[in-house]
Amino acid sequence: MSDKIYDILIVGGGVVGTAIARELSKYNLSIALFEKETDVASGTSKANSGIIHAGYNASKNTLKGRLNIKSNPMFDQIADDLKVPFNRIGSLVVGHSQEDKEKLILEKERSLAQADIDLRIIEKKELREKEPDLAEDAIVALYAPNAGIISPYKLTIAQAENAANNGVDIYLETEVKKVFHENNYITGIKTNKGKFSGSIVINAAGLYADKIAATVGENYEIVPRKGEYNLFDKKYGSLVNHVIFPMPSEKSKGILITPTVDGNLLLGPNSYVVENKDDLEVTEQGLNEIWDGGKKLYPSLPGNGIISSFAGLRATIPAEPYNDDFKIEALDNPVGFIDVAGIQSPGLSSAPGIAELITKIVDDISKDLKVPIKLQEKSSYNPELDKLPRLDDYKDHREDWHQVYQEDNDYGEIVCRCEHVTKGELIAELKKSLAPLTLDAIKRRTRAGGGRCQGGFCGPRIAEIIAEEFEISPLEVTKNGPGSEILMERVKDIKADRDITYRRQKDEN
Amino acid sequence: MKTKRELVIVGGGPAGLAAALEAHKNGVEDILLIERDEYLGGILQQCIHNGFGLDYFNEELTGPEYAERFIDELSDKKIDVQLKTMVIDINDQKMLTVLSSKKGIEFIEAKSVILAMGCRERTREAIRIPGTRPAGVMTAGAAQRYINIEGYLPGREIVILGSGDIGLIMARRLALEGADVKGVFEIMSYSSGLVRNKVQCLDDFGIPLYLQQTVTKIHGQKRVEAVDIAEVDDNFNQIPETKKTIECDTLLLSVGLIPENELSQQANISLDDITGGPIVDQSRETDIPGVFACGNVLQVHDLVDNVSEEAEIAGKAAAEFLLNETKDEIKQSLEIAPGKNITYVVPHTLNINANTSPLIELFFRVKDPAEDCKISIKDNQEELASYTRPIVEPGEIESVKLPIKLINISSDEIIVELITGGE
Ligand SMILES: Cc1cc2nc3c(=O)[nH]c(=O)nc-3n(C[C@H](O)[C@H](O)[C@H](O)COP(=O)(O)OP(=O)(O)OC[C@H]3O[C@@H](n4cnc5c(N)ncnc54)[C@H](O)[C@@H]3O)c2cc1C
Ligand SMILES: Cc1cc2nc3c(=O)[nH]c(=O)nc-3n(C[C@H](O)[C@H](O)[C@H](O)COP(=O)(O)OP(=O)(O)OC[C@H]3O[C@@H](n4cnc5c(N)ncnc54)[C@H](O)[C@@H]3O)c2cc1C
Repeated sequence: MSDKIYDILIVGGGVVGTAIARELSKYNLSIALFEKETDVASGTSKANSGIIHAGYNASKNTLKGRLNIKSNPMFDQIADDLKVPFNRIGSLVVGHSQEDKEKLILEKERSLAQADIDLRIIEKKELREKEPDLAEDAIVALYAPNAGIISPYKLTIAQAENAANNGVDIYLETEVKKVFHENNYITGIKTNKGKFSGSIVINAAGLYADKIAATVGENYEIVPRKGEYNLFDKKYGSLVNHVIFPMPSEKSKGILITPTVDGNLLLGPNSYVVENKDDLEVTEQGLNEIWDGGKKLYPSLPGNGIISSFAGLRATIPAEPYNDDFKIEALDNPVGFIDVAGIQSPGLSSAPGIAELITKIVDDISKDLKVPIKLQEKSSYNPELDKLPRLDDYKDHREDWHQVYQEDNDYGEIVCRCEHVTKGELIAELKKSLAPLTLDAIKRRTRAGGGRCQGGFCGPRIAEIIAEEFEISPLEVTKNGPGSEILMERVKDIKADRDITYRRQKDEN
Repeated sequence: MKTKRELVIVGGGPAGLAAALEAHKNGVEDILLIERDEYLGGILQQCIHNGFGLDYFNEELTGPEYAERFIDELSDKKIDVQLKTMVIDINDQKMLTVLSSKKGIEFIEAKSVILAMGCRERTREAIRIPGTRPAGVMTAGAAQRYINIEGYLPGREIVILGSGDIGLIMARRLALEGADVKGVFEIMSYSSGLVRNKVQCLDDFGIPLYLQQTVTKIHGQKRVEAVDIAEVDDNFNQIPETKKTIECDTLLLSVGLIPENELSQQANISLDDITGGPIVDQSRETDIPGVFACGNVLQVHDLVDNVSEEAEIAGKAAAEFLLNETKDEIKQSLEIAPGKNITYVVPHTLNINANTSPLIELFFRVKDPAEDCKISIKDNQEELASYTRPIVEPGEIESVKLPIKLINISSDEIIVELITGGE
């Protein structure tokens, strides 16, 4: 329960909700964002391809097409400000026949007729230079140099942090149950942690946007469409240099292969409708499907190089009149309710454009609200986040890490051996106001526990560091929030014996 | 920040310890042993069970006791030890970058390097188990660390996938702590662990071992709630009719170990695809002169006793490399290849010179279990030597001692084969 009366209540801490929060935090508004999970980026925004599409096959007749094209150029600045790794590595749609080539040329011309996108057809020789390990029978490709890769969850986390720094209140583990309205006006929301007042509700609840909208009388259905992935060891990151798509089908862009910003290789996704919105199971069938897709593009893909598999769910609205497009609009009744729903692919690529569009919509309805507001830019707004030191960024100039170390010796102690993450890096992340004390939160922010051994070595140590630093019991440390505790009970105090046994070595040191 | 060293040993487990002692014994005066953990002994320190040292010391010790013998011996020698220090890079010029909370970044130029980084466990991902991704799925070694080092019980109702030694040992350990171990499930038709571990850890505790069965799915949103199990046929295809669901809160994985060779790769050392470790000659020298490898980083050993012996070979060879100014001329180089029914052989090559010991021990694993069989060493079709064995198991490393005088002077490859009954 909060006595504070907000201007704007945002439901959902995905890439969309947090982009909106950050954009609106430029203005003199009081804003709150609610996320039901223990961390932001816990929904679709944590499990997707992480591609900032160039917009080549986006149609200008759709909102998602227009927003993708508009947003792509905005990412350099955002990544720069928020210190999020982003890399314009370019994408290649690969064809295997003369027929494919004709289709690609058509695709290119159709795209150029709509928007000014840098697109080129490249032939076999150039293709092989760009991608030496690509399947022999790949002979042509549509090349889009402006496509990029980003870490979708790091972007989401950074947007949330930056929004928080600029005054947005972020409530985690707070589920919005109901939206209140009176005489056509939004008045607030009910959550599991009490009621909050506000005159605008922005519904960015991803897969659950239909549930939120239903509480103000709307009637549409979000259909979850699953996509499964394999993630490969960094060892294989250099096998692929661009985002590689097969020839597209009606429904999706197909099973792609791409390096990730962290240097791994990502293979997937497939695409099929599922029943449940929490069905994140990876299936044997699905893994086989993406594996076959990958092998067609890269016959040398190493089966034993897989270090992780996961699935994400696209929040789609297939029904008329949305026909799989985004649904972004303010309702006439109640005034103050704004839907940002059906944000399927390319929702990540479109997030900055969506945030701008929402700002415009908020401005448009600002005078008609129960408590009218006025958008005024505030001088204190700071678009930037500080960059925290990462040992991994010092690969080619390790000597400079010594200075970081000298300021804080914790930067000399490696905790995650696979990803080379130091205790200093972990603690700096954990000390941020927004960071939940969970292993998954640590993993997303620092990669600790996300490498080859998947936390086998460092899991226990990270739990210990969290417990020590924050004076909680290791029994309270969770993987991703209540219910996901890692340890069951204290066995006995073995630590004491161990200290005796090894005291001599420590003394020597 | 930059120093020079004669010999740097990476990893302070049993391999690194024995290598250091042996190099010292053979006259190397400037040795630095680097260990990333806060104690020496490597994985042994979490193996508080008995069963170590039967070969090497002729007595049965716990892991920490076994390690302690070496650590004690080390303590009064002039061998420098740096704990809580991690080697983060090595290049092919034997330049190491290390990081510690005590000294920060240091660069060390070594004349010789012994790699003794051990191995890590395969994870859920390496074997691609479908299902959800809840808490409660962990490797057996991680569970061992939680219980034996940190002092916490990681689960109460346990299913173990894979019959590797660590899985078997942990079945017993968890049972002793009062957990309900519902069974060990193994996809192969035989246990991959040592026979004695199956008897002492499962049979004695009434824990069932199910062969040709595997986990097909993990259930549970936040914490593991259950796993699906199915039988597999001889081609590892699941038999759907046999599927059943077992409730549990923890799934332990004991599905193999992978030598930890990221540093070796950085240094451009050639690796064996099968062992996952470097390609070495009989002195455990890699294809970079002066860089040696021993212990689990080279091949996954069953017994620590063999690790110590292998490390001594490497330690002695490093000493020779450093102290023997005039290198003995190599008279003959040949490959040793796995033949029929053999998975791999270590060493991979022989470089014979005037000093080479007359007896070379070859270590290898067989592909399938067999009884009343023989190991045959061949040069083309010609059998150079053969050794009978009453029983061989893929889970147990085999070795034979080959007199080098049997090798033809013109030979450039010999093959190790397993000949089973009737052939
Ligand atoms: C397989 C796959 C691949 C994709 N690849 C790409 C790509 O390469 N490029 C691209 O541009 N796009 C891609 N997308 C699309 C992109 O991932 C999504 O468009 C984007 O992540 C949607 O963000 P969101 O914030 O709308 O949703 P989410 O990230 O799902 O955020 C919604 C949040 O709301 C929270 N929430 C729900 N209900 C409540 C409630 N009642 N109270 C409080 N909080 C609530 C949820 O917990 C969640 O955190 C892909 C999607 C999938 C599934
Ligand atoms: C659970 C378990 C049970 C076992 N039970 C038995 C048994 O009953 N009987 C038996 O005989 N054997 C047993 N073994 C086998 C035996 O313990 C191993 O064979 C032996 O420990 C391998 O020794 P090692 O030195 O090669 O590797 P490790 O013991 O793994 O040591 C490697 C060391 O290198 C360090 N290191 C790695 N990389 C770096 C780096 N970059 N910088 C600095 N340091 C680094 C590691 O921290 C570690 O301390 C068991 C093994 C396990 C895991």
